[in-house]
Amino acid sequence: MELFPMKACAIESRRRGQQLVGPIDLTLEGQGATVVIGPNGAGKTTFLQLLHGTARLSAGRIDWACSTEEARHHQAFVFQRPVMLRRTVLENLSYPLRLRGVSKAKAEERARDWASRVGLAQLVTRAATVLSGGEQQKLALARALICDPKLLFLDEPCAALDGRAMREIETILQEAKAAGTRLILSTHDLGQARRLADDVLFLLGGRLHEAAPAEAFFNGPETPQARAFLRGDIVE
Amino acid sequence: MVDIWSGITQAFWLVLTLDAELFEIAGRSLYVTLTALAIACLISLPLAALIAVKRFRARRLVIAVLNALMGLPPVVVGLIVYVILSRSGPLGVLGVLFTPAAMIIAQVIIIVPLITSIAHQSIRDLWQEYHDLLISLNVTQSQKIRTLLWDSRRALLTAALAGFGRGIGEVGAIMIVGGNIDHATRVLTTAIALETGKGEFALALALGFVLIGLAVAVNLAIHWLGQTEREGRW
Repeated sequence: MELFPMKACAIESRRRGQQLVGPIDLTLEGQGATVVIGPNGAGKTTFLQLLHGTARLSAGRIDWACSTEEARHHQAFVFQRPVMLRRTVLENLSYPLRLRGVSKAKAEERARDWASRVGLAQLVTRAATVLSGGEQQKLALARALICDPKLLFLDEPCAALDGRAMREIETILQEAKAAGTRLILSTHDLGQARRLADDVLFLLGGRLHEAAPAEAFFNGPETPQARAFLRGDIVE
Repeated sequence: MVDIWSGITQAFWLVLTLDAELFEIAGRSLYVTLTALAIACLISLPLAALIAVKRFRARRLVIAVLNALMGLPPVVVGLIVYVILSRSGPLGVLGVLFTPAAMIIAQVIIIVPLITSIAHQSIRDLWQEYHDLLISLNVTQSQKIRTLLWDSRRALLTAALAGFGRGIGEVGAIMIVGGNIDHATRVLTTAIALETGKGEFALALALGFVLIGLAVAVNLAIHWLGQTEREGRW
């Protein structure tokens, strides 16, 4: 079953008459990592939610290579502030599997495996909410990856994390990408964008100002707004 | 002061001598209230979760009515249940008036709004916390409700305990629908009212202390079983 290519046609998000995002036209192919960059308030989070289907489109449509229901089934989302279920680490990890009808024993076995892969093996019986910020984000990432999604959205996954935690998260993301998971993540950390991106979407004021392969974008952005953003100027 | 001291000593004496009548009345009190609590929880908890997650036109009105019903006067509830269950009432054919079943029905009506209201607030807060994750995981409505009920179970225990507290101490409604019949519908609260009316203050106080002891014991037992207040757990 294939999700890609995904075609977004004139997608828009409006709230109380205010244009938040769009109209945006975009086609995404099925490999690599797309990094959505832009300053705060550019509409990155809303844009990811529109693609994922958790925010309602005010206009436009998104076409997947399969049905929308199937596409949703093969996606996962990691939030900027990880949402921890009031359960143990192991129960948090096995939760998506249990929702899909996997037996408790198998779900827990898989959860333990993922806990080891993300360095949380010693913490499986701990309450998830008492973990540190970095540990919680690793847990959220593992919980998103445990069902082998074909597409993973990440909304500023390393915001407010220190360098070490960020490196650990990025390592997991690189492994997921190598295993065939398509990544779409937003960030305003240009260093992270350079490390992870295969292609870049530059958003400003809810509009897509530039979409380009990462190398081309970072070496020679086409729009003056993107050039200013890369220089570190304040763009609005 | 003498009455209070006498009440305390008499309460100890009744418990120590395993007074048969006391144990019968206390047992009936527990039976009526715990049964009413179980039925009320079966109604209230899913209802509270549904109101928390489902958006419908009259939602605010339903919440406002539930909150208002928390202060439902028990005597009025007793009177309405009495009319409904009396021989000439619509459910008179059941013949449950002046039985523990009628007392359970009255208590369920009194504690359902209380438990639903408290549970709704806890579940609504948790729903706000979980909203994005559960929507992202594409959960069904029933999975959503089960998750919220399970993860807020300790807060729901508090709601249930509030319901138990209201039920075990209730006197007006169960006096009307139960009739305070000896060896049939007499419970601790109606026995206290009876003894007070007879001027037997020491015995009434003794029964009161037993009632307080019972309520505290049940609360502690439920807290212990629910493993609340343990570090790193919910």
